[in-house]
Amino acid sequence: MDIQFTEEQELLRSSVQRLLRDQYDFDARRKIVASEEGWSRKHWSSFAELGLLAAPFSEEVGGLGGGPLATMIMMQEFGRHLLVEPFFETVVLAGGLIEDIGSATQQATYLPDIMSGEKVWALAWSEGRSRYDLGHVSTTARREGGSYVLSGTKAAVVAAPWADSLIVSARTSGERRDRNGVSLFVVDRHSPNLHLQGFRTIDGRRAAEVALMNVSVPASQMLGREGEGVAALEACRDRAIGALCAETVGAIGELNAATLEYSKTRKQFGATLGSFQVLQHRMVDMFIAHQEALSLMQHLNLSLASNEAGRSRLASGAKSKIGYAAKFVADQAVQLHGGMGMTDELNVGHYFKRISSINIQFGDPAFHVLRYAQLDAAA
Amino acid sequence: MELVLSPEETAFRDEVRAFIAENYPAEMCVPNPETDLTKEQMLLWHRILHKKGWIAPLWPKEYGGPGWSITKRFIFEQETTRAGTLPPLAFSVTMVGPVIYTFGNEAQKKRFLPRILSGEDWWCQGYSEPGSGSDLASVRTKAVREGDHYIVNGHKTWTTLAQHADWIFCLVRTDTSAKPQSGISFLLIDMKSPGVTVRPIITIDGSHEVNDVFLENVRVPVANLIGEENKGWTYAKFLLGNERTSMAGIGRSTRYLERLKKIVKAEIPEDDPAHLEFVRDIARIELDVLALEATELRIVAQMARGIDPGPAASLFKIRGTEIFQDITELTHRAIGNYGLAIREHPVSANHFMPGPDYGHTASEKYLNSRKLSIYGGSNEIQRNIIAKAVLGL
Repeated sequence: MDIQFTEEQELLRSSVQRLLRDQYDFDARRKIVASEEGWSRKHWSSFAELGLLAAPFSEEVGGLGGGPLATMIMMQEFGRHLLVEPFFETVVLAGGLIEDIGSATQQATYLPDIMSGEKVWALAWSEGRSRYDLGHVSTTARREGGSYVLSGTKAAVVAAPWADSLIVSARTSGERRDRNGVSLFVVDRHSPNLHLQGFRTIDGRRAAEVALMNVSVPASQMLGREGEGVAALEACRDRAIGALCAETVGAIGELNAATLEYSKTRKQFGATLGSFQVLQHRMVDMFIAHQEALSLMQHLNLSLASNEAGRSRLASGAKSKIGYAAKFVADQAVQLHGGMGMTDELNVGHYFKRISSINIQFGDPAFHVLRYAQLDAAA
Repeated sequence: MELVLSPEETAFRDEVRAFIAENYPAEMCVPNPETDLTKEQMLLWHRILHKKGWIAPLWPKEYGGPGWSITKRFIFEQETTRAGTLPPLAFSVTMVGPVIYTFGNEAQKKRFLPRILSGEDWWCQGYSEPGSGSDLASVRTKAVREGDHYIVNGHKTWTTLAQHADWIFCLVRTDTSAKPQSGISFLLIDMKSPGVTVRPIITIDGSHEVNDVFLENVRVPVANLIGEENKGWTYAKFLLGNERTSMAGIGRSTRYLERLKKIVKAEIPEDDPAHLEFVRDIARIELDVLALEATELRIVAQMARGIDPGPAASLFKIRGTEIFQDITELTHRAIGNYGLAIREHPVSANHFMPGPDYGHTASEKYLNSRKLSIYGGSNEIQRNIIAKAVLGL
C-alpha cells in the first residue's frame, strides 16, 4: 500500500512547500511566535490566496474537494515548518464540523469566510476535569425563548485568543459524563459575558481558558442536532487525528534529517558521532519509527477519505502508535544533539515541544491505545 | 527503606529534620526554586547552613567541614533532599572546593575556601566548549604564559548560572603539542577580569540557567593555577567523580513521586481507565527508585567499611536521571490538557496559568529534565565508563 498521488495532489504539495520554503523558515517563524499576536495574518492571507484554506472542503460547499488527503499533504508540510497559524483549528476542526453537521444555512454563512481567510475559529470542548473524554461536559446550555444561555468554563482552548468564533460543547440535558445530552454551539468570541484568559502553550502558540457566564446564543447557532454533539465530536476527532498524525510525521522527518546531518558532522574523540555503533543503532530505530509512522498516517487518511467503517478505531491506533514513535524520535533527537538540543536557538527542541503538545491534543498515546483495544472488544 | 542507624545516628537524623523544619526560609518555597529565585534568595539557605557549620559535609574538618562519618553525610543528604531544600551551589561547595583543598597551595586554600563556605564567592564551571562536550579532553581554550600571567582565549559553554558568578574554574590548554589529556591546566579566573563576557543561553523550557562564556585576552595571575601546569586533567577527573555521586537523587525522586500521587488522585477519578494505568506506572517507577536506593545504601555501607565504590557514580547517574525523567514525564501526562500550558520566564504573577497550582511547573520540569541524560557526562559516556572500567570490555 502506497498512495499514488494525483497530479493535483502533487501540485498542492509543491505549492505549499514553495510557500513555506520562501516565507516560513525557522527565523521567520521565531519572529511570528515572538510577535504581539503570536501568528501572522499576512501568511494566513497567502494560504487563502493559494486555496489552502478551501482545499479539503467538498465542492458542494464551495471547496476544492481535496478531502482528508489534501489535509494530510498540507499538515505534513506544516509539521516540517512548525507552522503556528490556526489551520488545524479553523479548517480541520471547526470547518470540518460545520461541513459535517451544519445546516445548509450555517454552511453558507460560515464556510466562505473560513475559506477566504476572513475568519478564524477554535473548538472549545475540553474542561478542567474532562481529560480526553469528549462527553465529560459540565458547561450547560439552557433554553430561554429563542436562545440558549451558556454557562461554564472551557480549558486550554488552543487559538481562542485569535479566533472570531468558537464552537462550544455544552450540556442541554443529562449528567456530567453522559454521552447523550451534549450539544454544539457557534459562539461569537466577542459575545458579552464571555471572558478569555490567555496563556502561551509549550509549542509557541496561544490558548485560553474560556469562561462563559450566561452567554446568550440564538437557537439558530446550534450546530447539528440537540444532544448529539458527542458523536459529532468523535467524528471530528477522527479527522483531527488524521491531520495531527500527518503533522507529526512531518516533524519526525525533519528531526531525523537534522540528527543524521549532525551525526555526520559533529566530531568527538576524533570521530564523527555517526561512527559510534550505539548511535548508529539508535538512528536506525528512529528511521524505522519514521517509516512506520508514515505508512500508518497514509493508511489512516485513506480510510478517512473513503469513510471506512473501522476508521475511528484506526484513528486511535494511529494516534497511539505514531505518538509513541514521535516521542521516541524527539527524545533521541534532543539526546543526540547534546546540549544544543536543549537550546531555544536550535529548531530540534521546538519539534520536541510540538510533538509533546500533539501527544496531549485529543488524547495521549496511552488513552488511544486503550480506546483501540476497547473498540475491538466491542466489535 | 532506611539504613540501620545507631542511636546516635538516629538522634542526628532527628536533629537535621528539626533544623530544616525550623530554619528553611519560607521565601525560598516558590513553585520552581531552580528558576524563580534571585541570587540573594538562593544564598539564604546557604548562609544558614554555613552559620550552623553544615555547609560542606564532604570537606575535612580542618577546612571547615563538620567531620561527619560517611553514614552521617548520607543521612544529611537524604534529609535535605527529601525535604526539598535547595542544595548549596554544587560548583562551589562540591566541585571547586575539594579541588582547592586537595590540590591547591596554602595561599589558595586561605584565599578561596572561607569565601566558598560563607557564600561570598559564587563559582561556575568552565569545562565544556562548543567543540568539547563528551570529549572534554579536546578543550581548545588556550592559556599562554606571559611573565606572571596567563593570557587566556577561548569559548566556554553550558556554563550554569555564570550570570551570578564571581569566579570560574576553567580547563585550559597550556601545551598544544602534548597528547590532549597531558596539555591541560586548571585555572581559576575572576569573572570581573577584562575580556570575560557572559551571554545567556535560553533553554527549551524558556529559562535562563546556562550561558556562553567568552574569554578574550583575559589576564590571569599565575598564582591562580591549581597544582602543576599540564596536570589539570587529573584534577578535572577528580572533580567529575564528585559531580556524579549525588546524581542518584533518591530524595528528589521520592518527593516528586509523592507529589505525582497527589496529582493523580486529584485529577483522575478511580473509574477512569487511565487511573489504573497511572497507578501501575507510578508503582513501576517506585520500584525503580527502591532498587536504586537499595544499591546506593549497599554502596554507602561498603564505603563506610573502606571499600572503594569504583565507578558506581556512573550507575547512579544513569539510573537517577532516567528515573527523574520518567517522573517528570508522567507528571506532565497526569495533568492532561493543562500540559499544553507553560509559564513565561521571567516568572511574573501577571501571567495567567490555567489549572490547579500543582500543575503549573509540570511542563517546564518535563522539558528541562531532558538535560539530565546529557550533562555531567552523557548517559552514553557513563555506559562506556562502566563497560570499560567494570566489565573490562
